[in-house]
Amino acid sequence: MLFALLALALIALVLAAPLIVNAIQRRRATRRPHRAAGGLEDLSLYDPGRERRAEQRARELLRSCVNEEEWSMYRDLGFIRVAGRHARRESDKHNGPAYAYLVYPHKPIVAYVPASGQLLSEYCVEFPDLTGGGGRHRLPASDDVLAKWMALTSDEDRVIKRANLHLVGRQHDPARVRRDLWRLAEWERRRGSRPEIQQKSW
Amino acid sequence: MSDPRRPPEERAIKFLRMKPGHGEVLLAEGDPRVEEDEERLIEEFRRQLDEGMWAAIPTTHPGSGRREAQLVKDFADVPIEAERVIFFPRASGG
Repeated sequence: MLFALLALALIALVLAAPLIVNAIQRRRATRRPHRAAGGLEDLSLYDPGRERRAEQRARELLRSCVNEEEWSMYRDLGFIRVAGRHARRESDKHNGPAYAYLVYPHKPIVAYVPASGQLLSEYCVEFPDLTGGGGRHRLPASDDVLAKWMALTSDEDRVIKRANLHLVGRQHDPARVRRDLWRLAEWERRRGSRPEIQQKSW
Repeated sequence: MSDPRRPPEERAIKFLRMKPGHGEVLLAEGDPRVEEDEERLIEEFRRQLDEGMWAAIPTTHPGSGRREAQLVKDFADVPIEAERVIFFPRASGG
């Protein structure tokens, strides 16, 4: 009796198979336009040139704010050096700054001693725009550099206090930073500029 | 800093703001010596600071000619000869 019922169920399934397949195909067909429309919507929201144009504007703004040497440094090397404000001893006031910063886009600021090349620390600092929509909080790379430059040259203590201090090596590769210092020295040699960095008025 | 010898009609100041995905955006522009413009500029200045922005003015050090920035917390601190104020998000530990 059980075998007879199973056999009937199997026969019914085989007979109904074409109907089931048709129903599935109809359902897929009705879903396809929605999916396609959704895809187009996503495509129209994403503009691949937007970030590039934003970065171009940011570079122009940075160029208009910093001096020619700093702009060339950023263009050629990808970072800007900013002199530290504080002197460790009286002689530092006359012999150049005791320390300086390397300002990288979207990476921690690196403090170092220009006289010896000794790396001091990383200052992890961000400028997140939490008011913007669309989940975009990160400034274009050159705006990030300009924000750091403005913060350091106007109120170094404030930005350093807000930053998280780490030894060099947490986010930066120390070997790479040392190589950047070497590149900077070579860059200055080629430009024929003075090796000491631009000093603040103490 | 702008040239103080500029004709008076050219002494307008621009408020720019750094924005993710945009670069800088012009927020407001006007002559702070004109009362209507000044009110509009003050209102925009306060709005930006209320939104958590810092305001900086790119300047040139008169002695050394070095470029630097000056942070301002009040519209009254903006030098009359300033050409632009740049608003950018406050620094926070990364």
